[in-house]
Amino acid sequence: MNLRSSLGIVRGLGSAKNGTHHWWLQRLTAVALVPLSIWLVAAIVCLSGADYATAVQWFKSPINAALMVAALFAIFYHAQLGVQVVFEDYIHTGWVKMTAQIALKFACILLGLLAAIAVLKVTFGA
Amino acid sequence: MHSLWGQKQMNRSTRPLSPHLQVYRLQLTSGLSVLHRGTGILLTIGTLLLVCWLAALAAGPEAYAATQAWFGTWYMKVLLFGWSAALFYHLCNGIRHLFWDAGMGYELKHAYASGYAVLIATAVLTLATWIAA
Repeated sequence: MNLRSSLGIVRGLGSAKNGTHHWWLQRLTAVALVPLSIWLVAAIVCLSGADYATAVQWFKSPINAALMVAALFAIFYHAQLGVQVVFEDYIHTGWVKMTAQIALKFACILLGLLAAIAVLKVTFGA
Repeated sequence: MHSLWGQKQMNRSTRPLSPHLQVYRLQLTSGLSVLHRGTGILLTIGTLLLVCWLAALAAGPEAYAATQAWFGTWYMKVLLFGWSAALFYHLCNGIRHLFWDAGMGYELKHAYASGYAVLIATAVLTLATWIAA
């Protein structure tokens, strides 16, 4: 049973019925990515000339592994939210838009999982 | 009303478009806005390079060495330079957006000043990164 009034349910939720959910998560991931992206560039610069053993050793650090996985999560979440809006704005054929949105979400989830599992494999590997 | 699969199309031919691109003079502010979205799309595609590098490291020494060699080629260096510039631009302009979200910097002269600051910061950070690398 829902005790909320009809007005209470609809108020502030807008046409997408999501309220400020998309907007808020885009800002939340943006704030997270300010330090994380600076850290990521610094990490890439440090490892740019590294051999295999050095790179593996770098990912053995729990701090580096945790920050990399956190960065990957924030990057793919933020990218998906951003490109979703681009698709909403510029694709005007209903089924193409829906197909593109689904493909985008699946691609971001799969690429994020692939990258995160690769990091964890190196971290926990022999 | 609109359904899950599509919106009812309005009469597109007679409806005015805004901004009217044929006569629209691009200002710094609108140019930077377009660039923010553009760099966002490029960075999304650029994540593939990060995924490639991490997957190669997980795959073993041979795959890692091959990927490192590939990243060392001149065309990949050009691509990575563009990627770093896009990242720093999106980062700096993103911070500008967060200030706007907080209700700050809406005055026209402030919007222009922060716009030029973003461009300068992007150039400085990109060059500093490649001098350090």
